[in-house]
Amino acid sequence: MDAILLQILNGLDKGGAYALIALGLTLAFGTLGVVNFAHGALFMLGAFCAVTFNKLLSLEQVILDPIKKTAWGTPLEIRSPYIEAWLGDFGALLVDYSVPVSILVTIPIMLLVGVIMERGLIRHFYNRPHADQILVTFGLAIVLQEIIKHYFGANPIPQTAPSIVSGSANVGLWLGLGENLVYPWWRLVYFAFSAVVIFGVFAFLKFTTFGMVVRAGMFDRQTVGLLGINIQKKFTIVFGLAAVVAGVAGAMYTPILPPDYHIGMDFLVLSFVVVVVGGMGSLGGAVTAGFLLGMLQSFSSMNEIKSIFPGIDQIIIYLVAVVILLTMPRGLMGRKGVMED
Amino acid sequence: MNGNSARGDWLLLIIFAAVVLTAPFTLSYIGAGYPDLLQKFAIFGIFAIGFNILFGLTGYLSFGHAAFLGVGSYASVWMFKLFTMNVIPAVLFSVTIAGIFALMIGFVSLRRSGIYFSIITLAFAQMSYNLAYSVLSPITNGETGLQVRHLAPTDRGPDYVLKLVDEDLRWIDQAFGVVEDGIPITNLFGIKMSGFEGFYFCAVLLIIGFFISIRISRSNFGMMLRAIKSNQNRLNYTGINTRPYLLAAFVISGMYAGLAGSLLAVTDPLAGAERMQWTASGEVVLMTITGGAGTLIGPVLGATIIKYFENIFSAINEGILQNLFSFMPEGLMDIFVAVVGMFVGKGWHLTLGLLFMVIVIFLPGGLMEGVRRIGNLFRRSSKSAAPQPSSQAAE
Repeated sequence: MDAILLQILNGLDKGGAYALIALGLTLAFGTLGVVNFAHGALFMLGAFCAVTFNKLLSLEQVILDPIKKTAWGTPLEIRSPYIEAWLGDFGALLVDYSVPVSILVTIPIMLLVGVIMERGLIRHFYNRPHADQILVTFGLAIVLQEIIKHYFGANPIPQTAPSIVSGSANVGLWLGLGENLVYPWWRLVYFAFSAVVIFGVFAFLKFTTFGMVVRAGMFDRQTVGLLGINIQKKFTIVFGLAAVVAGVAGAMYTPILPPDYHIGMDFLVLSFVVVVVGGMGSLGGAVTAGFLLGMLQSFSSMNEIKSIFPGIDQIIIYLVAVVILLTMPRGLMGRKGVMED
Repeated sequence: MNGNSARGDWLLLIIFAAVVLTAPFTLSYIGAGYPDLLQKFAIFGIFAIGFNILFGLTGYLSFGHAAFLGVGSYASVWMFKLFTMNVIPAVLFSVTIAGIFALMIGFVSLRRSGIYFSIITLAFAQMSYNLAYSVLSPITNGETGLQVRHLAPTDRGPDYVLKLVDEDLRWIDQAFGVVEDGIPITNLFGIKMSGFEGFYFCAVLLIIGFFISIRISRSNFGMMLRAIKSNQNRLNYTGINTRPYLLAAFVISGMYAGLAGSLLAVTDPLAGAERMQWTASGEVVLMTITGGAGTLIGPVLGATIIKYFENIFSAINEGILQNLFSFMPEGLMDIFVAVVGMFVGKGWHLTLGLLFMVIVIFLPGGLMEGVRRIGNLFRRSSKSAAPQPSSQAAE
């Protein structure tokens, strides 16, 4: 029982990340009809927004201690972040909370990146074949990750979660299942965060006028255009929104997995599978498939299952994707007429 | 393309063969005349030609072709380990295995088209890659990669030394009493397949592969594949079942990839799982697109250019750049070195990505389309007669 519950929990945070990336991917696809292979790179950019923010906050000033000497006779160096010198305790708090706070920086940056990307590149590819879209965004993804590699190096850069949630939550005790079931706090936070973002996006599309226009545009772009609405402009903002979702997903994921320059590519392949399994252009499908596949993956990495099917944890997602695509051509919740010949 | 007579094709093949066979001399002027690089040109040329038979003719974008390359490599190395260091059985075995593998994957994935096809092939390639790293380690030797002979401690004593051990059987070689010292080198009936000999072996196979691709492209089968690309629905409505044709194209293209993988193992007898990663599949897509998908020469051209620039650009380091810009004043030089340094050396992939984007945006037909456009420009200026039919099969 404990083991199964633990695997469900394990699946939640991974599934949250898959769902968030797939959500942005399918949002861009459903609105603009563009297959964006650079979406994983946006996830990576978001992660590096958090890294940069943390680096800026922890810039240190060095003061030479006038009295104390080190063992080598040189004056003792006192290093302290500027931010603490300026803002005192609040500064220290800021450094501690750098990952969640970095979202405030990530959102405008990613919005800008998304809008520039759509205006500068993607819009020229609406009428080109999907293969061309895949290829040009694949090129863009290479460019983005090489730029990051140039400035941040090839090694993963670990980030720390705020100290208050750095430990483990005693989930077993809450549910009355004993002390054995513990789970890192930050992963729970990440799951909650992804749920909030997903609900936020759905609420935005469901309950605002803007969202209504976008949904109408997804359904029938031409008619909406004929009604005198500049649907193109709205779709640009939606693309920016998709970039923001991917970016914050990346920024918050940094304490779980130290980001390096190809973290985006690793997630991209999986989240494409997620999108296709969920059904191209279906937001609900993307989220469902994200969590479903995340959990499947964590269940298949249980030792009991691995002993029956060795290596199943490595391929389960792809296997499920192939089976679903062959039996349900539109994925779990795909709409009729999207991406069909 | 109907304007091309059979004589034109033979001429193309002869010119191609001449260019390939004289490459060691001609390419030495641009610093690419050494065997390692030339072998890569030929091998990736074969890989790209094969990929083009699928993507260029039918328009089905496979993102998992590297799986066949990897399978081909593993199959070859196993032949070297078990039977003989002669390359012929290894190459034949690799092509067969890759063909069977492609038949299985193609049978499943060709049930879908467009992006779904890309994703399914990608999924299969990732599965092969992940399995090669984990469960199939007894066959693939996991992260270390499969080698013909490897360094291992001889005794577990206090002063053991690392020595080359040969745990391989090589039944055929041993039956003939062939003795190998050190790391065995692949051979073609006694001719060592390293250096220029290795290149010429690859080059001959490249020319044969090119010949087959011309024949396919000009045949009724090739015409059918092109028809699938331009309108598959119409073919289906006329009562033609397109899947056998697609599957045949997929298998042929997988066999080319297997051949390329086998040659990688021939020139350097080891195989690693990273050859199957999806970025490797992306690389062959880059090559084909850069040269020109659907054209005959394009894929080879693209493979050569990318491998050439990869070699040149990644060799440039800061010292070379400083020499290059040493005529400038100090501050300016530093800026130039820093900026250009982003694009060379380890940053070569950045240049590749940019180059690729530029080609997809401005020249969707690849470099061959650029050549054709320039050709048209000259023709138009020389005689403003009726527009000439295009000489290449560029779509």
